[in-house]
Amino acid sequence: MADYKPAEMMTVAAARSLKNDDICFVGIGQPSAACNLARLTHAPDITLIYESGTLATKPTVLPLSIGDGELCDTALTTVSVPEMFRYWLQGGRIKVGFLGGAQIDKFANLNTTVVGPYDKPKVRLPGGGGAPEIATSCGEIFIIMAQGKRSFVEKLDFVTSIGHVSGGDSRARLGVRTKGPTKLITDMAVWAPDPETKEMTVVSIHPGVTREQIQENTGWTVKFAASVAETPAPTAKELDVLRELHARTNKAHAAA
Amino acid sequence: MARITTLSEAIAGAVRDGDTIALEGFTHLIPHAACHEIIRQGRKDLTLIRMTPDLVYDQMIGMGCVKKLVFSWGGNPGVGSLHRFRDAVENNWPHKLELEEHSHAAMANAYEAGASGLPCAIFRGYIGGDLPKVNPKIKRVTCPFTGEELAAIPSHRPDVAIIHAQRADRAGNVMIEGVLGVQKEAVLASKRSLVTVEEIVDELPERSLNAVVLPHWTVGNVVAVPGGAFPSYAQGYYPRNNSFYKAWDDIAKDRESFSAWMKTNVLDKGPEAFAQYARKHQAAAE
Repeated sequence: MADYKPAEMMTVAAARSLKNDDICFVGIGQPSAACNLARLTHAPDITLIYESGTLATKPTVLPLSIGDGELCDTALTTVSVPEMFRYWLQGGRIKVGFLGGAQIDKFANLNTTVVGPYDKPKVRLPGGGGAPEIATSCGEIFIIMAQGKRSFVEKLDFVTSIGHVSGGDSRARLGVRTKGPTKLITDMAVWAPDPETKEMTVVSIHPGVTREQIQENTGWTVKFAASVAETPAPTAKELDVLRELHARTNKAHAAA
Repeated sequence: MARITTLSEAIAGAVRDGDTIALEGFTHLIPHAACHEIIRQGRKDLTLIRMTPDLVYDQMIGMGCVKKLVFSWGGNPGVGSLHRFRDAVENNWPHKLELEEHSHAAMANAYEAGASGLPCAIFRGYIGGDLPKVNPKIKRVTCPFTGEELAAIPSHRPDVAIIHAQRADRAGNVMIEGVLGVQKEAVLASKRSLVTVEEIVDELPERSLNAVVLPHWTVGNVVAVPGGAFPSYAQGYYPRNNSFYKAWDDIAKDRESFSAWMKTNVLDKGPEAFAQYARKHQAAAE
């Protein structure tokens, strides 16, 4: 078995969640790496959409920003940002949205706004960007985040975008008809919402990771599914394609 | 009617202390040269609207030009924080910064509503999160036909919109290609406007029948500033300088290195300094 880093396992597990016929709203960073890894391996026809307006883009290197020229050059077409948010996102055309955040709670609500109080923050984070409406308008949401006690918290400092709100049917009671977070992929495990309570529950643990380690890196008492699988380790092909993608990307970003 | 002029005249004429201004360009075509000229002319108490404040607003905030920021995502894309923005919010340096915070969908809708001459934007959004608790301009309205509750915010009606584009003709018709962002909407929503372009040509080039063109009678000022979007990019002219965006992280991290960089590269320079970036990348592409 090839050697790999936990972050690579996370990207590979996220990529495997995507299907060839998915239409996916892609964020910068980990989601972009996962979506393009899927496209370059098992899902060559996946439709990737970035909020800069690029529809069905096929970048050869990962973009540093959401609107790099590479995305536009390789897109089927590029629409304006108001059209992107009105027709395509709000119009319900996107099946899967990818999100990450600085903080997440057990119901997969996310904070990307502030650490500390809003008016006097300890850390001012970038803010929501597209997330508040991606979270409610995409058919379902995959979240990709590395685990840690400071990021997996009992209570968010600020709710930037909703997941399953306070659990149960609380999301539906707000009038939201989309599924919300159906997968949380971390560097340690894959989580999915409990069908009843909607609390995120560990369904698959990455090779070599223990339940204790997952608990140590989570700020609430972790629930494990009745039957927990072991995530298959990344294959040599998955690792090769991912590493080549990162190498091409680093070279391109340094040269510009 | 578009006036073809110089950058210093255009900024002096269009941008006043206390104005609400929008420098737009979604990653692409960000009007860096115009931002630098506003800083050089020492404009104060500005309300800045922009979806992604990016380096341009980080610089204007750090130089003390800004009273209030209306925005939806304030980071350095793919890199991390905007340190001058953070220092202003966290430590009131160089002075207090008021925030009016939105989501991207809200900002895009507010520009579109402004361009449409509407008083507010209505969309399906802001459900369940905390932004409506900290931004009193986010309201709910009920659809009179279905009863669905929707979000409403005031439309954006800036005093001035400033954008960068690839080219204009001598009449001042402006053509934009590539990632379009909200530039067209920002210009049409504003009272005054200024467009910097890579080049002014006798005739706009052969184009798609549906090319994005702002007619000259919708544009206030047109100024040729080759390289004027650097380190952002101009599709067809030069690529985004991602290594500069990474370098900005260190430059802006502390107040002294930021101030020194601004003096050398902005205060002591003029718009012609941007031409080297256009030329360098054209040469590299050949």
